[in-house]
Amino acid sequence: MSAVEAPVPVAGGVAIPAQPERSEGAFRQMARRFVKHKMAVVGFVVTSLLILIAIFAPWLSPHSPYAVTAEFSAAPSASHWLGTDQVGRDVLARLIYATRVAVIVGFGTVAIYVTFGTVVGLLSAYLGGWVDMIVMRVTDMFMAFPYMMVILVVVSVLGPTLGTLVLVLALFSWPSIARLVRGSVLTLKQMDYVKAGIALGLSTPRIVFRHILPNALAPIIVNATFGVAAAIMAESGLSFLGMGVQPPTASWGNMLTDAQSISVMTDQPWLWLPPGIMILVTVLAINFVGDGLRDALDPKQ
Amino acid sequence: MTTAERSPAAEPLLRIEGLKTYYPIKRGLLSRTVGNVKAVDDITLDLYQGETLGLVGESGCGKSTIGRSIVRLENPTDGRIWFDGEDITDRSMSDLRGARMKMQMIFQDPYSSLNPRMRVQELLAEPMRVHGVAGGAELETKIDKLLDTVGIPRSYKQRFPHEFSGGQRQRIGIARALSLNPKLIVCDEPVSALDVSIQAQILNLLKDLQKELGLTYLFIAHGLGAVKYISTRIAVMYLGKVVEIGTKEEIFANPRHPYTQALLNAYPVPDPRKRGQERIVLQGDVPSPANPPAGCRFHTRCPFVQAKCKEREPILRGGDHAAACHFPLAAL
Repeated sequence: MSAVEAPVPVAGGVAIPAQPERSEGAFRQMARRFVKHKMAVVGFVVTSLLILIAIFAPWLSPHSPYAVTAEFSAAPSASHWLGTDQVGRDVLARLIYATRVAVIVGFGTVAIYVTFGTVVGLLSAYLGGWVDMIVMRVTDMFMAFPYMMVILVVVSVLGPTLGTLVLVLALFSWPSIARLVRGSVLTLKQMDYVKAGIALGLSTPRIVFRHILPNALAPIIVNATFGVAAAIMAESGLSFLGMGVQPPTASWGNMLTDAQSISVMTDQPWLWLPPGIMILVTVLAINFVGDGLRDALDPKQ
Repeated sequence: MTTAERSPAAEPLLRIEGLKTYYPIKRGLLSRTVGNVKAVDDITLDLYQGETLGLVGESGCGKSTIGRSIVRLENPTDGRIWFDGEDITDRSMSDLRGARMKMQMIFQDPYSSLNPRMRVQELLAEPMRVHGVAGGAELETKIDKLLDTVGIPRSYKQRFPHEFSGGQRQRIGIARALSLNPKLIVCDEPVSALDVSIQAQILNLLKDLQKELGLTYLFIAHGLGAVKYISTRIAVMYLGKVVEIGTKEEIFANPRHPYTQALLNAYPVPDPRKRGQERIVLQGDVPSPANPPAGCRFHTRCPFVQAKCKEREPILRGGDHAAACHFPLAAL
């Protein structure tokens, strides 16, 4: 952005009369740029809808996701809009409840690993020296692991609960964000405003969290957004393999397991098409949000 | 031009003695130290209350490192620093906080010296709040006063740094440095990143502030123009050493060290009639500070080099106008 940019008039009555020249803050500026990105807005709406569906699943769902009816593998009808599965449960109900799993895994995993990875990356870069060296070697180790295999082993040892799944996915995701944060902090800590903070006698936590972190936030947010999509994909994959969310709890991944047989693939598309589409739409929507955020947060625009 | 007089008996506000700041050169898997970049190598300087000491030299001669070592953005390898009568060399970061209030820094690049995510108001309020200088309504009054002092309209205080020009940002940087009522300000090339027309404004502001508040400046610059305008005394540095120090008038009228002469000659003369005579033009590059030449460090580029220069290192001598040269230039 250019230094000569005219002060933007205050919108929406947030102006404090005594301070007429209050210019727009980083968040409003980001929001203004984000809404220009059409696909990102669509993605944001879809993601918000998914979260709402997850929250209000009991009210939205026409049936219980666990209730077994007399009709097995029934085609879509008026009472079962998306038909029933091979055990006779309503597919739409299961689809709606599976949104909960996706949202919990997606956002839960990201919340844990982004927080952890950010703190580790910040400290590693700011403290430097042997702390940095040890942390970076640990991240190297994690990144060199064939993690899918390790996840399979851990899940089979600890039992495939939702909590285990979230923790295990987070365990193998934090190193990349720690490295990302470390990189930008290494650059930021050379900035004169950080030096000025030291010369002004500000405390180290203050410099790290008030001066460095806010300026390192943009790539973290973008990475976290893509991380949600990646975690949902990973959960689906694991559930598909039977190592993730266990039936009878519904997850898009374990709903797809049914599609392993050719006859279901060809004759009963209502069993696998809806969860497949849900995964696709969710991941796409979140990635669009990520794209939009990346553009909106790019300081060079 | 007023020259802040100093009584010879006065205690210096800042005294640097034998300051050395080395950067280790690390190689290999185990990060063994294979050598040192001697950015600042054994420097002794006194700064008196109310004066401006200009520190000049080429890029990489260590002048900025001295400034950073004084405010402890770098840790000195050796030597002692006294400030305001106290030895602050061995103070830990937290013990330094008191001294830091009295010793501030103005940075070269006004684009990177202000946190882009903070409004001017927050930028100025933060140090005062942290040090308990002011709070509440008093804080707001102080911020307004600071903005008045540096000539930024009060109504701009809710703006972000990117909404200001380079000169305005530098003014905000100065206001921030003043917020803690310092005695000493290290100015690290405060005008070199600005347009020429803005440079004069900032220099005048610094001069006015000095007169008003009795500030002491360590003014670091690579060009002689700004230094000539603002300094009372000038120290010339070459490869981590002070090669000549004296009053501004002495340095300009009567340089003793060939390097000072060369710097003066490199400074463009506006009057064409005065151009031309006996210029020293330096050849070659500055040797590596990791491996400075033996003897006089300037001997590889000195036009008057003699055998002695390559063997023995000259010491700085000559009282108030001292030069580190075996064969100082004669007075013109």
